[in-house]
This record gives sequence, structure tokens and C-alpha cells, in this order.
Amino acid sequence: MTEHDDGMNRRKVLECMTWAGTGVLWTITGGVPASLGIIDEAVAAPAKGFTFLQISDSHMGFDKPANPNVKGTLEEALARVKTLPVKPSFMIHTGDISHLSKPSEFDDADQIISHAGLNVRYVPGEHDLLDEDQGKLYLDRYGRGTNGAGWYSFDDNGVHFIGLVNVVNLKAGGLGNLGNDQLEWLEEDLNGRSASQPIVVFAHIPLWSVYPEWGWGTEDSARALGYLKRFGSVTVLNGHIHQVMQKVEGNVTFHTARSTAFPQPAPGTAPSPGPIKVADDKLRSMLGIACVTFKQNEQRLAIIDTPIQK
Amino acid sequence: MTMIKALTRLLVAGVAAAYLHAAAPASADEVAVKIGNFTFGPRELKVKAGTTVTWTNEDDIPHTVVSQNNFRSKVLDTDGKYSFTFTTPGTYKYFCSLHPHMTGTVIVEATTGSLASPE
Repeated sequence: MTEHDDGMNRRKVLECMTWAGTGVLWTITGGVPASLGIIDEAVAAPAKGFTFLQISDSHMGFDKPANPNVKGTLEEALARVKTLPVKPSFMIHTGDISHLSKPSEFDDADQIISHAGLNVRYVPGEHDLLDEDQGKLYLDRYGRGTNGAGWYSFDDNGVHFIGLVNVVNLKAGGLGNLGNDQLEWLEEDLNGRSASQPIVVFAHIPLWSVYPEWGWGTEDSARALGYLKRFGSVTVLNGHIHQVMQKVEGNVTFHTARSTAFPQPAPGTAPSPGPIKVADDKLRSMLGIACVTFKQNEQRLAIIDTPIQK
Repeated sequence: MTMIKALTRLLVAGVAAAYLHAAAPASADEVAVKIGNFTFGPRELKVKAGTTVTWTNEDDIPHTVVSQNNFRSKVLDTDGKYSFTFTTPGTYKYFCSLHPHMTGTVIVEATTGSLASPE
């Protein structure tokens, strides 16, 4: 554990990014997420505290050459959950559960994901709102107890979790969009909360500007981040771009998870962000899930305002 | 007999001509827009009023064709098509509601002049 408590150095980040497997284990020490390394390493040194999983972009129904078996890879990704040293408390799904919002696609996802035996908290991706009523199907299924297009918050083990929706009412020429109603709700949700409470925000499209040329960013995320500024520890978890990316800005750590369905190119390395076809034996190295462990340690929490520089 | 035959022939010809006349503008004025690599091609299109534009998605990812208050396709999976007939002159800006950085324009011009063609 000592080694891991040092936080994640650059080499480890790169290891995580290129590791040929399905999961990266994250720990939040003193509110700041750090890698526990690959799952095999973590098995030898189980983390204390609580753990949750992030799964993203399962795209049930996708059947193109980049991965004609998205059900299979989702199953494989979830099978890896069983190898974790600590059983996760719950799971978040950061959207694009389905490819075309068909009931059968949601059924497949639910059926496979239920094998993990975990509570799942969802936010929608743009692929989940393609039914005739533009999202009714998603809300009927996953939106109970949520606000507006499906945003909500909850507390777990002292951490405040906020699920945001940035895939509705997208404007021509624009990026992801939270909208005024949701931002007002967010401001209210955070109002009066202690700045020392760790915050985890999750949404489909990155809440930071990854690559606006491909729409990889959120138009009005700056306002959301403004409300989060006073908090000592903020972790933002996204999907959408089907690859691991991380950025630390002040007390905010941004992280995107892999897809379980197909990889997408690194920003600007292809004519478009469309699925990339890789060699069959390489595909699984580019898909996966993320695991976040919150280590409760009062001493560490005391230094919550000091983010680890990477 | 021959008189009736001739009349019938004339009538059939007339109906056919009328039918062709009505159908001709639609079939003659069809324009295709290709959706590929997350772009509309051509991105800007100039057509005469009455033209039907058909978008075809050639990407491995679904797209839509949406023009606020004008038209909205259902989701187009790979090889999916959507057609819209532009009857009113004007500038129609549209985008993909899934990937809003994808934008396009259809400029519809009045059919003045073409009306002058004799019957």
C-alpha cells in the first residue's frame, strides 16, 4: 500500500493507459484519486475503504467490424469485476448503454450487467435517447427519482455523487450541453455542503475540453466547475471518447473510462472519431472498465486540499 | 371502332403525359448528401424549390439530420436514408443532433423562370 499511497506517477498513468486488460483500479486517498495499478497488482495489496466501478459505452446493438460481439466483451469486462480484491459497493454507468435506444438493446445490457450483482447508477449517453420520444424509454427504465432529463445526486460512504446529463438539447455547431435548469439544480444541490466533502461528478460527454473539433467537450461545463471550485476534492468521471484520458486541474481530477464495445481514435489522429478497427488480439486491450476506491483515512482527509500533481 | 381506338389512345397518352408532367420535377430534382467521417457532403447545397434531398449515412455510427422547426429525421444507422422535399425557398441550416459539430446548409431558390416553359 505504501507504494500506492504515493499516488500515481507519470509512468503508472501510462501503464494504466496501455495495460492490456479490462480494468484500472483507482483509489481516492484523502479525496484524491490515485491508481492502485493494474488489477493483478492490486490483488496483492487490497485497498481499504470503499470501492465503486465505472462502466461506460457498452453500445449494445453495435455490430460493425470494429467489434461484432459487444455483448461478449461486456460480459468479459464484467467477469473481471469478480477478480477484484474488494467487492465494489456499486457501479456507475456513464452512458451509451445501447447503440440505438432499442428496448432489446437495453434488455441485453441489463441482463449482462445484472450478473455483476451490483446496484447500478446510470446517466444517459446520446445513443440512449434515440427513441421516438427522445429519451422517454431511458427515463422510464433508469430515470426513477431523477430530475429533468435524468440528473440526480446521492451520498455514499461520505462521498457526494452527482450524475449529470449533457446529451440533451444539443445545439448545432456546439458540444455537450448541461443547460440552465440542470446548472441551477447543481448550484442548489451543492449549496451549504462542506467544502471538505469529496465530490464525484459523472456524466457521459467529458466535462473538460478534450477535443472540441470532434465535439469532445461540454459547452457550459465551466459554470458547473465554478460551483465545484470551493471543494477540496472533485473527481469528474466521463465516457463517450472510448479511451482513457486524465487531467488534473487544481483540485479537480478529470478522468474518462474505456468503452466495453469499441475503441475510438486519439484526438486528431483519424479523419473522424468513428470506431477504429484494430487487430482481433488487440481489441480487448482497448476496452475495459474503471474501478474507483475511496480510502477513508482521517489523516489523509486532513490534507484534502493538496491535490497530487501528476 | 377506329375512332374509339384513336380516342382511347389519345386519352391514355394524355393521362400518361399529365402523370409524367407531375412526376417529372420530383424525379429530375433529387439530390444526394452523403454522411461520412462525421461530415455532411456536400456541406452546403443549392437547390431549386421542389427538390428532394436524400441523406445517406455511410458511417459505422448513427447520425440524424435535424433542422430546427423544419425537419427532423429519425436516427439513421449505417446505410440509413432520410429524404426531405424543399418546397419553400430559404436557407435551411441543419445538424446531427447526436454529434452537433456536424452541420450543413441547404439553400433553396425559387423556381422562377422554369415556370415559363410552355405546356
